[in-house]
Amino acid sequence: MTTRPSDDLDRRLVLATQAGLPLVPRPYDVLAEQLGISPGEVRARLADMLDNGRIRRIGAVPNHYALGYTANGMSVWDVPDERIVELGEAVGRLPGVTHCYERPRALPDWPYNLFAMVHGKDRESVLAQVEEIATLLGSACRGRDVLFSTAILKKTGLRIG
Amino acid sequence: MSAVAPVMDALDRRIINALQGGFPLSDTPYQDVAEGLGIDEATVLARLQRLLDTGVLTRFGPMFQIERLGGRFVLAAQAVPEARFEAVTALVNAFPEVAHNYRRTHRLNMWFVLATETPEAIDDVIRRIEAVTGLPVFAFPKRREFFVDMRLQA
Repeated sequence: MTTRPSDDLDRRLVLATQAGLPLVPRPYDVLAEQLGISPGEVRARLADMLDNGRIRRIGAVPNHYALGYTANGMSVWDVPDERIVELGEAVGRLPGVTHCYERPRALPDWPYNLFAMVHGKDRESVLAQVEEIATLLGSACRGRDVLFSTAILKKTGLRIG
Repeated sequence: MSAVAPVMDALDRRIINALQGGFPLSDTPYQDVAEGLGIDEATVLARLQRLLDTGVLTRFGPMFQIERLGGRFVLAAQAVPEARFEAVTALVNAFPEVAHNYRRTHRLNMWFVLATETPEAIDDVIRRIEAVTGLPVFAFPKRREFFVDMRLQA
């Protein structure tokens, strides 16, 4: 895949849609008018941005609490750096894990380098999934914690100016 | 816990599940979605508007991967004294760079995601948050992404 550099039209599309896609029958026509290009160009550029991963997906972002996923556990693990790729990929494949990343430790306050987010309808189901992660990691796990969210303080998503 | 308890019916759930990805890039995408669900376009638009108004959906549109556009996302955390929690929430949330913010069960009890258009801007916003809150910010930039799929069945 040849990746063209990100340009001003990408940025203008972000600005035009970061708050949301117009809720009208022909949303791409509205964007085209705002951006001074044709609706076909808007759709082609969005397709291109989806292809090259600049857009992950176009769709609805639910408030997971409202869908009944009231338990949201950020499970964090201290695993050997030399095994992080193998272990991170395996944890990421487990059902119920919605995000899985390697992040730096912040010693001495924070010894964990593997982060796996688990969503569930209650804490018990999240903790059961966390135990599956622990089983998978086995003796590679040198330390662990689960941080449950108790309030969404903000969820606007990306906003550039 | 957020006090979100809107009434959702089976059709709302079908609409949410149908719209979690793959929104059509056609002339009349809502009409196409409506046909797939066996309902009319006006119903899809009205339901979507209501789901947004009631906070069941926080957004409807493209989800940008700002890093592929030259920017940066960074997860950050602070240990906020209980007595100052509300005040610090207001200070932190006032930054447009704060995309999400969650209260969590840990000494590091406030966890937010910073999104900036350039990598350099992250350090600057972290310094400004530390200055206004008087609290250190722990930054956890991602080193590797193993898996991301935020879709949840409604």
